[in-house]
Amino acid sequence: MAPLLELSAVSARYGSVPVLHDVSLTVDEGEIVAVLGANGAGKTTTLRAISGTVRRRGAIAFAGRRIDRHGPAAVARAGIAHVPEGRGTFSELSVRDNLRLGAYVRNGGFAEDLERVAGYFPWLAERGNQPAGTLSGGEQQMLALARALMAQPRMLLLDEPSLGLAPVVVAELFRIIRELNERGLTVLVVEQNARLALDAASRAYVLETGRVALAGTSEELARDESLRRSYLGY
Amino acid sequence: MQELAQAVVGGLASGGIYASLALAIVLIYRSTGVVNFAQGEMATFTTFVCWSLLHHDVSKWLAFGLTLAIAFAGGVALERTIVRPVEQASPAVVVILTIGLLVGLNGLTTAIWSAEVKEFPSAFPERSVEVAGVPVSWQDIGIVGVTLVAVAALAVFFRYTKLGLGLRAAAVNPEASRLVGVRVGWMLALGWGLAATLGALSGILIAPIVSLEPTMMQGVLLYALAAAVLGGLDSPVGAVVGGLALGVGINLLGTYVDAVDANLELAVALLVILAVLLVRPSGLLGRPAVSRV
Repeated sequence: MAPLLELSAVSARYGSVPVLHDVSLTVDEGEIVAVLGANGAGKTTTLRAISGTVRRRGAIAFAGRRIDRHGPAAVARAGIAHVPEGRGTFSELSVRDNLRLGAYVRNGGFAEDLERVAGYFPWLAERGNQPAGTLSGGEQQMLALARALMAQPRMLLLDEPSLGLAPVVVAELFRIIRELNERGLTVLVVEQNARLALDAASRAYVLETGRVALAGTSEELARDESLRRSYLGY
Repeated sequence: MQELAQAVVGGLASGGIYASLALAIVLIYRSTGVVNFAQGEMATFTTFVCWSLLHHDVSKWLAFGLTLAIAFAGGVALERTIVRPVEQASPAVVVILTIGLLVGLNGLTTAIWSAEVKEFPSAFPERSVEVAGVPVSWQDIGIVGVTLVAVAALAVFFRYTKLGLGLRAAAVNPEASRLVGVRVGWMLALGWGLAATLGALSGILIAPIVSLEPTMMQGVLLYALAAAVLGGLDSPVGAVVGGLALGVGINLLGTYVDAVDANLELAVALLVILAVLLVRPSGLLGRPAVSRV
């Protein structure tokens, strides 16, 4: 069976600075796949290349269709929800408006979607009128995830979800991500915290200066001591 | 007492016109961070279009409606063709572009319709009614009413419709808006269209009072800028409050302070801009500028 997402020799640059070189990776339907690597290795850019928020070359196929010429709005409509680093919530807008924006690409069904998403984040419903910027960091990350789910995506791109959050919040976040995955959502997650990511993911890619340096199952990568020390830093 | 009441009502009416143009300025400022100095000339141009329609025997209300629609389409077209290419440029470049647009549109208006002053019919009856013993003209009531209805309609649009939500999102966080599927480029164009429509509304409201000529909106633009700055450049409610407050304030000054005649009223508007920028740069209802370090 063809993978749900397939990147073949994807390159990207910011202005004249190349950041990604011929990155190829696949994600099968129902998988959690992690992208690991040091700061500046190109992890965030990989996600941005997929969602079309950076200029890219190469082939990107999602569910059998090429999306490498799609803009971000079209990628979102195709069923990929991207939760950017730093959350990308609309801090001036209310929690409810943030969730409405999550469902922007869908027509109707807002109430049912809200109910479904509130199942994972029960506190969201009571705080609908609060400006998103007044939530705590952990709540904002949860809101960003909830907003992404409102679009009923087939695939979730998560960029550093654990960044700046307390361990107990991170644990709760990954518990929800696993639960979503068990219900069929495919996840591609970028993490600095390699141990956490390998724990949740079935496979991982390690990026180094914009290239795929290594790829393997989480067990293989976690077992390899020298790799852990040189690339993953734990 | 009656003089005071009349000065307040008259002030509210001119304030309503300042408010609708100030609201147009705020709409574009919120989504692009730039003050559109051509807002007044865009309004003048569309009001002349309305005059031409009336001149060709289009009925009054149809002509007003058509003008608003034409203004909307014109605003969208201006954004797509002239503003779009400099969207990524620094605000200074865009501001200079809007000043160029001001001069260009003024020249175009004069070339098409000449500088000759034209009569423009009022949307409202010339009579007046007594409200609590004070004679109030339908003109004043109409202007305030139309402004309030326009503001309420905009508020509903922004708050309850999906398109309004997209517009707000694109204004506060374009990057994240793209990720959720909002077409940010079109939202900017839509913002220009709405602003042009509001401008046309203020032009149609004021033309019967000051008579239609190519420089008609230049003074009004200054009042509208003062109103927008007073209310807070990023606050739609502030624009309306600022517009009405400025209208009433200036009318009261003109009525009770002999030194302030029609020529000095513009200077008062400039003083308001200056004072607000010095004392409270974010305006009465605007958010203070905060930059993340």
